[in-house]
Amino acid sequence: MAVLTEEQTMLRDMAAEWVPDRAPVTAFRRVAHEKLGHDPELWAEIAGTMGWAGILVPEEHGGSDFGYLSMGLVLEEMGRTLVASPLIATGVLGVAALRLGGDAEQQTAWLARIATGEAIVAFACDEDGRHDPANVKLTAKRDGDGFRLDGVKAPVSEGVSARLLIVAARDEAGKIVLLLVPGDAAGVTRTRLDRIDGREAALIRFDGVTVGADAALTGGAALLDRVLDRGRAALAAEMLGSATQAFETTIDYLKTRVQFGQLIGSFQALQHRAVAMQGELLMTRSAVEAALTALDEDRDDAPMLVSLAKAIAGDTLRLCSREMVQMHGGIGMTEEHDAGLYYKRSATADATGGNSAFHRERYARLAGY
Amino acid sequence: MSEAFRAEARAWMEDNFPPSLAFKNPVPYQNDAPYAEGDPDWIVWRDRMAEKGWGAPGWPKIYGGGELGHAEIKILTEEMRRIGAFNPMKMTGYTMLGPTLLEFGTEEQKAQHLPGVAAGTSRWCQGFSEPGAGSDLASLQTRCVDMGDHYLVEGQKIWTSGANHADWCFALVRTDTSSKQGGISFLLIDMKSEGVETRPITLISGSTHFCEMFLNAVKVPKDNLVGELNKGWGIAKRLLQFERDSLSEGRGEGVPLLPLAQERVGTDADGRIADSDLRTRLVAHAMRAQAYNLTMGRIAAEGKAGQRNDALVPVLKNLGSDVAQVRADLIMEILGEQGLGWSGEGYSDVELDASHQWLHARAFSIYGGSFEIQNNIAAKVLLGLPSAPAPGR
Repeated sequence: MAVLTEEQTMLRDMAAEWVPDRAPVTAFRRVAHEKLGHDPELWAEIAGTMGWAGILVPEEHGGSDFGYLSMGLVLEEMGRTLVASPLIATGVLGVAALRLGGDAEQQTAWLARIATGEAIVAFACDEDGRHDPANVKLTAKRDGDGFRLDGVKAPVSEGVSARLLIVAARDEAGKIVLLLVPGDAAGVTRTRLDRIDGREAALIRFDGVTVGADAALTGGAALLDRVLDRGRAALAAEMLGSATQAFETTIDYLKTRVQFGQLIGSFQALQHRAVAMQGELLMTRSAVEAALTALDEDRDDAPMLVSLAKAIAGDTLRLCSREMVQMHGGIGMTEEHDAGLYYKRSATADATGGNSAFHRERYARLAGY
Repeated sequence: MSEAFRAEARAWMEDNFPPSLAFKNPVPYQNDAPYAEGDPDWIVWRDRMAEKGWGAPGWPKIYGGGELGHAEIKILTEEMRRIGAFNPMKMTGYTMLGPTLLEFGTEEQKAQHLPGVAAGTSRWCQGFSEPGAGSDLASLQTRCVDMGDHYLVEGQKIWTSGANHADWCFALVRTDTSSKQGGISFLLIDMKSEGVETRPITLISGSTHFCEMFLNAVKVPKDNLVGELNKGWGIAKRLLQFERDSLSEGRGEGVPLLPLAQERVGTDADGRIADSDLRTRLVAHAMRAQAYNLTMGRIAAEGKAGQRNDALVPVLKNLGSDVAQVRADLIMEILGEQGLGWSGEGYSDVELDASHQWLHARAFSIYGGSFEIQNNIAAKVLLGLPSAPAPGR
């Protein structure tokens, strides 16, 4: 754990208290089972009571502007119990896009509503089921002062309930442009995708959707990259929390399960694998905290550190969730046990924002390999 | 305050560090002082650092230290690294014995031994392992008998780094045969004593750094006992933490892999390393190395904030040895058949260094407690897992 400020310590302690109390894994099970996407009451508490949707929102728009490391602390705690919430889509990707690429009017129109939790935002980048921001195909053709959008985005996290869609499109010059599109705009068709992890994702069709000139954010492909990096680092923090919980639950099981007349945690074959997980978790925490800190300081090495964090978080959550299933044995394969929920989440979280292989390649290019 | 100290440290380093020594820091368990002492510049550097008190920057001044705080030591380290300088005292005596004596030694023992360690003039070796006591260190058999006015020590040690060049040895000896861990004492032995013999062991890399040490009826003054009789195991465990700590600090940067790979393996039309499989593994290694370095930095920062967790040390040692071994493998692969030279013509220094480093690298996960022993310790102490049933019972 990084050396925290007093403010950050308080925030983390509050999250560590609130999450298991109000949003334990059983709460996630209900959301997933009933295909709710997220629980509106819990979201009202997350955004309203706790103020977490505004952690990255400037104070003049009603946020606390605590920064990315602080947001990571909260997300890590939420990752522990697999809380399904629009916090990353709205409070990280949405806020980052508006802060980095929005003008004063766009910021005024949305940031305060994001901070209160009233407006849920979805960030639509991926197409054809791949994270490939360099190859966005959805078109944004000039239409009067504004744009006309045609194409398909999928999967889009929180894409069903979002009031505002921030859409990565390609203009007639072949340049990337980010556009603010109301979720209920004419020509937008949203289909809920039923995925293995039970979280909210949508396939969204844009058939001749028109928006005004005021819909465009400034910054193009560079903005897209910067916004994505903020989402990736935030997700890596959440994944760190999920991996840590998978690990801790497994260690507890090793201390209680008896076979051959002894605790299975006394078996060296399992002990050494347990220590290996601890080593990976240590390195993951270091990478995640370094990435979040680099974003807070807006440093040039942030993209590399984000790719490092997302890649290692993907690998580590995969390892810890698999070991969670394996070391629990048969019970770990059952729907009743939580192990499967972490295992399923390892796959969707890895794919979101680019999987480990994507980020190793990105790191390679950034480093000159 | 800290900026003033940085300026002072930078100026002093630039005035006093002999440029000929840049990046030539001794590597633990491979080469150390004797390797460098043929070089007059090395002696100059050692003596200047000793006089300044920066060879043992955190120690009290009465023992030759600099009485610097954590923040200043960090600055000092950064300023040394900036120009390829290093702490010449960073050897067994400084990294292991020093902190142990500061914690457990009598005032007389500290006054007798620490100034020589801080000045780099007194060299120490570690008499722990025995032919029958490696991973199972507490089964050691070197006997130490109380003869009234002195102790008499009889036995054999092995893997004693630099014993053939050492002035002193801190050794674990058996003072009670009725208890395994509770019958061990911690003793300081003058290597000039009658009955002490050393014999270097040649490793697969050609290194002769490790030795056998024979103790034949060696007389040791009773004042040389550290701590209480039969309480040496607790002191040893603490010392082993210091050792693991110094080993997990990393082994220096070494030759950068990316330009070497670009030069030797070549690049494709997009400027990527031409061997795509090797490229993938080089990147994976670079990322793990960075994550490891970030982890060491984070643990150090937490330590300075009073949040240090010693139980992590075995995990860090294993992560570090793994990163270093993979690195040694990759350099060999980059160099191809030019990485297979043993000595002489036809091979550059970089190439010869790579092959010897590759051979030596297997030791990283053996010395200072093997990879498996570190995992056992971490499972028990860090994770609180139950003890494994003793094998063979």
